[in-house]
Amino acid sequence: MKKSVFIGALTAAGLMAGAAAAGTLDDVKERGKLNCGVTTGLVGFAAPDANGEWKGFDVAVCRAVAAAVLGDASAVEFVPTTGKTRFTALASGEIDMLSRVTTWTFSRDVDLKFDFAGVAYYDGQGFMVPKDLGVSSAKELDGATVCVQTGTTTELNLADFFRANNISYEPVPVETNAEGQQQYVAGACDVYTTDASGLAATRAAFENPGDHVILPEIISKEPLGPLVRHGDNDWGDVVRWTLNALITAEELGVTSANVGEMASGTQNPEVARLLGTEGELGAMLGLDADWAKRAIETQGNYSEIFATNIGEETPIGLARGLNAQWTDGGLLYSPPFR
Amino acid sequence: MSDTHSESVRFVRETSLPPAEPPVAERGIYKWGRENLFATPANGALTIVALYVIYLVLSGTLPWLFNGLWTTNSLSECREVLDGRTGGCFSVLTERWNQLIFGFKYPPDQYWRPMLAFVMMLLAVAPVLFFDLPRKMLIITALFPFTAYWLIWGGTILVPLVALLGVVVGYIVYSRLVTQNFALGFFGGVAAAIVFWVFGGWIVDSIGVANPMLEAVPSRDMGGFMLNMMLGVTCVSLSLPIGIALALGRQSSMPLIKWMSVIFIEFIRGVPLITLLFVANVMLAYFFPPGSGVDLFLRVVIMITMFSAAYIAEVIRGGLAALPKGQYEAADSLGLDYAQAMRLIILPQALKISIPGIVNIAVGLFKDTTLVSVISMFDLIGMIRGPILASTEWNGVYWELFGFAAALFFVVCYGISQYSQWLERRLATDHR
Repeated sequence: MKKSVFIGALTAAGLMAGAAAAGTLDDVKERGKLNCGVTTGLVGFAAPDANGEWKGFDVAVCRAVAAAVLGDASAVEFVPTTGKTRFTALASGEIDMLSRVTTWTFSRDVDLKFDFAGVAYYDGQGFMVPKDLGVSSAKELDGATVCVQTGTTTELNLADFFRANNISYEPVPVETNAEGQQQYVAGACDVYTTDASGLAATRAAFENPGDHVILPEIISKEPLGPLVRHGDNDWGDVVRWTLNALITAEELGVTSANVGEMASGTQNPEVARLLGTEGELGAMLGLDADWAKRAIETQGNYSEIFATNIGEETPIGLARGLNAQWTDGGLLYSPPFR
Repeated sequence: MSDTHSESVRFVRETSLPPAEPPVAERGIYKWGRENLFATPANGALTIVALYVIYLVLSGTLPWLFNGLWTTNSLSECREVLDGRTGGCFSVLTERWNQLIFGFKYPPDQYWRPMLAFVMMLLAVAPVLFFDLPRKMLIITALFPFTAYWLIWGGTILVPLVALLGVVVGYIVYSRLVTQNFALGFFGGVAAAIVFWVFGGWIVDSIGVANPMLEAVPSRDMGGFMLNMMLGVTCVSLSLPIGIALALGRQSSMPLIKWMSVIFIEFIRGVPLITLLFVANVMLAYFFPPGSGVDLFLRVVIMITMFSAAYIAEVIRGGLAALPKGQYEAADSLGLDYAQAMRLIILPQALKISIPGIVNIAVGLFKDTTLVSVISMFDLIGMIRGPILASTEWNGVYWELFGFAAALFFVVCYGISQYSQWLERRLATDHR
């Protein structure tokens, strides 16, 4: 009796989970809030400010999706996740999308059953060492102690790199970027390795940034992007095309400042399609015509988001580099809105 | 005869000498220093080394403390103002004070609610901790869980009211039935309370107050030291009775109860707390349909309570085992039944013996509440490690923040341990 009740409950739970997973877009609309997974705190990408407002590059992506779907960029419930809890949070349906500096890899896409909606930031893993160490290349790091975040691709890349170059190292596992920074400053490790963006942010926070150098080697490809559950393509499309809308907006010169006048009168048919004055793109996604316009209006286009959160004007001071538009020699290349 | 000597002896002292001060080397600070600090050459050397170490520590920390800045707005500004001098950047504490205490999402205009709940907690635990206070104050203690819940979480007052009434109903049923049989009274009371809660919850749901008196704050928005206090207080106060029940269950002569207790205790003690927390956070989400899961705070409370209850049970079992068999036999010979014997004779003595162990667990548990930062709850440590260190203004401030956290925890834990020592002295009835 008890057993059958238990199995029944499990089945019911499974059915409901399945039903819920089938229509995330409807769920989000009905709930009126987007549950978006972010980091527990990474400079420039996601962190609450003194007033408890989440700010950052990843956060802007969440807000853009909320603006597109719900018409309100503040209708987001930010669910902080750690490197270890992020995938279960997404798989179990606790969050609708994960925008948490997560690298797009084969196994995460295929084996863990997620869909990456695109690449929001092209990153790569680098090394930072104190200048006193006198090292100019990562290949000279034989026998070094290396601080590395556990549960990340960084850890695996590190092992691969050292094995490929046939040199030895001693890992010092850390939980968060803040902890790694602290260990590195305290001298617990000779080298700190993480994504180059993180290294730049970390170095900028040091008392004497000049005492540390970032080695020239970039040892991995780290395409970071938002992801959703596998098998819910309608919802995946919404996230993918919201991201593409931000990128395309930059390419077409649509900014948060001029989006209003662009929408009312433009000669460029692609701008008109993007902003919903022409064509039915919004309806195809299951959204209204103004979806992309709202996302751009509230968050700005890709370059505006980049500049306010991690660009050269901020303390993090990242150059566009690989993240420039394809027309400027970067890798950002959004499929056309047609 | 008496004056014979007055001619033969030149001088006889007729009054005693006034007592002189002991020599300088045998009194005051010199004596103390010689005996305690420089008794032997080895001792002297150790003293000098120790003094040097103390000097090193103080010369490092004191300038850091006294040169500290409290009013700047970011770490870089701090460094500018300090301009190379040693000094802490305590401005992070002043600027993020509310976040450290309440987390970053608790509505700022509602901060008075947890503060009031905190003051009420002090009032509520006072009569439990100090038995000399008037017993009437226990009424505050009984009402505290319900008012504190309402204050901290807000929402409709009907929820805590129904919970309170459920307890009252359960108690009435219990006191009716207990005259016949303790077990009947106990389970009857629990069943009555549960039935009341289910119906009450259903009614509250269907009424659905639109504008509650206090704005509702979801658990996710709690954080900072408040979260540590909430977890610590809830889990300690829940795990104590559960621990007692488990300890008695393990001693029980009924095989079913005995084995259930043994398996529970051994299983929980064999699993690390962090694993239980991961289960609470990650695994349970798979078993509940999305959106209808049990509140994360509640899940964590259940896990930590189970964990510390298992440990407390073993401590109390030690206390029970330390009682001479004569005490049990004395209770039997007085004709007391099991409940009476335990309540009146065995447990008061066993618990007294167990005080140091229980306090040890309570202090450990309170510090373990910081583990929730690993499952992305923003307790004090979570706030520091996550949002504060990840903000562009404060990225790189470590000593000040973690020192502050250590100081907060030290104050509470030292207080608990001082209380337990007082309690032991107060309860000492033997003559040692």
